[in-house]
Amino acid sequence: MISNEPAITPELIAAHGLTPEEYARILKLIGRAPSFTELGIFSAMWNEHCSYKSSKIHLRGLPTKAPWVIQGPGENAGVIDIGDGLAVVFKMESHNHPSYIEPYQGAATGVGGILRDVFTMGARPIACLNALSFGDPNHPKTRHLVAGVVAGIGGYGNSFGVPTVGGEVRFHRRYDGNCLVNAMAVGIAQADRIFYAKATGIGMPIVYLGSKTGRDGIHGATMASAEFGADAEEKRPTVQVGDPFSEKLLLEACLEIMAKGCVIAIQDMGAAGLTCSAVEMGAKGDLGVALELDSVPCRETGMSAYEMMLSESQERMLMVLKPDKEKEAEAIFRKWGLDFAVVGKTTPSKRFVVRHGGTVMADLPIKELGDEAPLYDRAFSATAKLPTIDARAIKPPLGVAAALERLIGSPDLCSRRWVWEQYDHVILGNTVQRPGGDAAVVRINDGPKALALTADVAPRYCEADPFEGGKQAVAEAWRNLTAVGARPLALTDNLNFGNPERPDIMGQFVGCVRGIAEACRALDFPVVSGNVSLYNETNGRAILPTPTIGGVGLLGDFAKSMTLAFKAEGEAILLIGETRGWLGQSLYLREICEREEGAPPPVDLAAERRHGDFVRSLIAEGLVTAVHDISDGGLLVALAEMAMASRIGAVVDGLQDVLAEATPHGFWFGEDQARYVVTAKNAEVIAQRARRANLPLRQIGTTSGRVLAVAGERPLRVADLIHRFEAWLPNYMAASPA
Amino acid sequence: MKSAVLVFPGINRERDMARALAHVAGREPAMVWHAERDLPAGTDLVVIPGGFSYGDYLRCGAIAARAPIMEAVRAFADKGGLILAVCNGFQIVCEAGLLPGVLMRNAQLRFICRDVYLRVERSDTPFTRGYNAGQVIRVPVAHGEGNYIADGATIARLEGEGRVVFRYASPDGIVDPNWNHNGAMNAIAGIINERGNVLGMMPHPENHVEAAMGCTDGRGLFAGLVDHFKLAA
Repeated sequence: MISNEPAITPELIAAHGLTPEEYARILKLIGRAPSFTELGIFSAMWNEHCSYKSSKIHLRGLPTKAPWVIQGPGENAGVIDIGDGLAVVFKMESHNHPSYIEPYQGAATGVGGILRDVFTMGARPIACLNALSFGDPNHPKTRHLVAGVVAGIGGYGNSFGVPTVGGEVRFHRRYDGNCLVNAMAVGIAQADRIFYAKATGIGMPIVYLGSKTGRDGIHGATMASAEFGADAEEKRPTVQVGDPFSEKLLLEACLEIMAKGCVIAIQDMGAAGLTCSAVEMGAKGDLGVALELDSVPCRETGMSAYEMMLSESQERMLMVLKPDKEKEAEAIFRKWGLDFAVVGKTTPSKRFVVRHGGTVMADLPIKELGDEAPLYDRAFSATAKLPTIDARAIKPPLGVAAALERLIGSPDLCSRRWVWEQYDHVILGNTVQRPGGDAAVVRINDGPKALALTADVAPRYCEADPFEGGKQAVAEAWRNLTAVGARPLALTDNLNFGNPERPDIMGQFVGCVRGIAEACRALDFPVVSGNVSLYNETNGRAILPTPTIGGVGLLGDFAKSMTLAFKAEGEAILLIGETRGWLGQSLYLREICEREEGAPPPVDLAAERRHGDFVRSLIAEGLVTAVHDISDGGLLVALAEMAMASRIGAVVDGLQDVLAEATPHGFWFGEDQARYVVTAKNAEVIAQRARRANLPLRQIGTTSGRVLAVAGERPLRVADLIHRFEAWLPNYMAASPA
Repeated sequence: MKSAVLVFPGINRERDMARALAHVAGREPAMVWHAERDLPAGTDLVVIPGGFSYGDYLRCGAIAARAPIMEAVRAFADKGGLILAVCNGFQIVCEAGLLPGVLMRNAQLRFICRDVYLRVERSDTPFTRGYNAGQVIRVPVAHGEGNYIADGATIARLEGEGRVVFRYASPDGIVDPNWNHNGAMNAIAGIINERGNVLGMMPHPENHVEAAMGCTDGRGLFAGLVDHFKLAA
């Protein structure tokens, strides 16, 4: 008989994040009241984080296929083919709610979770990235969150032994109550040796591996499926504690038993721990699962079935092993000092049965636990269109030189060195391009192939126009990969939004997803994995819509990868793309004019593709010496970044006609899309090609000296620009909290 | 040159080290598990690589220093065998008493990964014969606890006996607090034992041996060791 302590009350149901309607659905599904343990299992399976109940119907519109896609969304991570019998396995996932409550452990376990997703599939992780959004620098909590999150990411990744090679950091008051921590991991596997969660065979032993189960993280996924009120701090016990040392051992042990051919199915215990992993293995294989909790290795005594089923203790795996290889696998795990226990078996019944102390604590239909989760087509209202801002109507409060100085020393454009120096970005000896460029470049094994990796999004665009913003996020990631010479192959998306029960927020979500889908189709850049994080909201105030795009591209030869630094004096500086002086939602408008207004720049996907393909061909043929895509801050910020990276200056002139048309502040700081700056020894060859291809291209100057000299503006010493660029973040972090 | 790279649980730069050794010496090193009791027969060079042995729990290097293999390593050192200990390896040999002093948390209390400049203080050791004395090399560091500290008498002795082999410096070779990222005493980046056969250093020469990584300044250390054994043969 199923014990039922405590009694199931409406309050208990609500505390599990289940609505009365959802509870009614449970009653109908199992034909009786659930036990306490069963209620916990339903809450774990049916929360937003695990079930995607608000987002699923919209995610179906994303393109997920291409000839090089081996595995799209639905597994632990996406898998793409890169030739030579190799595959790239990658995914990005959020750890927002825990990171706000406990920044170090929240961020650390975010990294741990995404690494497990990648090596669960048989891949050795070769790189990590992360995208971080924090509140206003002046908010009293921001400094503490930045310090804790960065230290947590470093603390986990450095110890695990994977280079953290790129990402992004932003500050905006709309993240005051909810910081975002999106972590991406990338691994390499043999294309014919990918491991999946699907169990096969009846009566197969289900094996528990890794660390012991404790009481940490109980209800973590449920916590991450609700907005914060004033009591966010009290949720600290729901945050897990990371142990990168155990994870490193788990990685080596898993890869070793996979190589020995011991594994039939494998699933890591992430959100909702043992519940989610066991149900997934059974449901995917059309099999039942019987768990014997008395065999689960526990860190504490007296843990109940409920606690064991909902614990989110880290560094744990569940596997179905080939019975004849069980002893061999056990010896490998013992060698690495990890726990190994047979905790159950597959059954023909299609039931999920959990026994503890001789009592059946749960007996549920396994397929329905996942398949019959509620699915919502939530009401949504489209975001109202904002007017286009004419640069001529904006009176510049500062001269061009002064505006540039302020922009490159502003929180969103200054150097991120303080952050990435806390991440080991050179371990494994394959980091060809370190953080600070358009995309990181990581060599695969001994080359010559390499991956280009980036994470990007402009939330202010998404807020102003979700559809264009979604398009832009994809185009920007695609451009970043292109700028280092890579062919963009696929992406992972991490969709961070507010409360989906609000039609305006749901409208942002729907708009962004549609924009992402459109850009993916136009650029042949499918989505192969992803994660949705909703309810990023505190006291009714939501974050900016932040659909982070993690892009992966392939370089045939790492030695041909391109960087953004000027290479020598006397080289031509060329601008590719159309500059109309689009100031709506630009950083110039926000930082210099203190206005967050207007429609964001429209994204012409055909132009993106044309210009990007052109740039990539120039790189492949060795015709250019430096490439940088133009994004936040516009053209002059891009030029300053190229100068600062090289300590070489430039003379920029001969632009009277465009300056008159677009206005100087519009031309220099507008954020028109589909643009690149390149340098070349021989500009004429490139100009001819552009003419033949009917591409907008013009020479805007020449690299020269140690000064960035824009005709008609105050010349700026590159050394002084570097000083401003490097100063803000360390100074901010060193200042004592207000 | 027959090298043996020790692998403790949590060590994570053993692949980088093995690749550098194979690249320069033309021979794959043996990878030796911490639970072994013996080094492979005929080992010329023992390398203790970087990482987080035992998660750096308790104290960096403290648990690894007491692992089964370390008895064989101590005997190897007693017979004059060459030991290269990098980063966590340096911490381990200090904990094992093969080198004096201790590596404390960086003065800034943060993990730091960046290229640093080292002044090579001596070229008359098997580890530095590939360099000239006074030469400046660029190699990365990646550590949270690399701040070398010892008592006054020990520091005086190290300096007096010329046992500081690498020092953090400016690109021009000038020792300056601005170029000492972790606050180490006397800007010490690497030291050698009295007998001259055990080198401990925090930076990672193994990450700068290939032109593909943008710098080959670390190559001299491995090339010098190869030469040393060639001459000895």
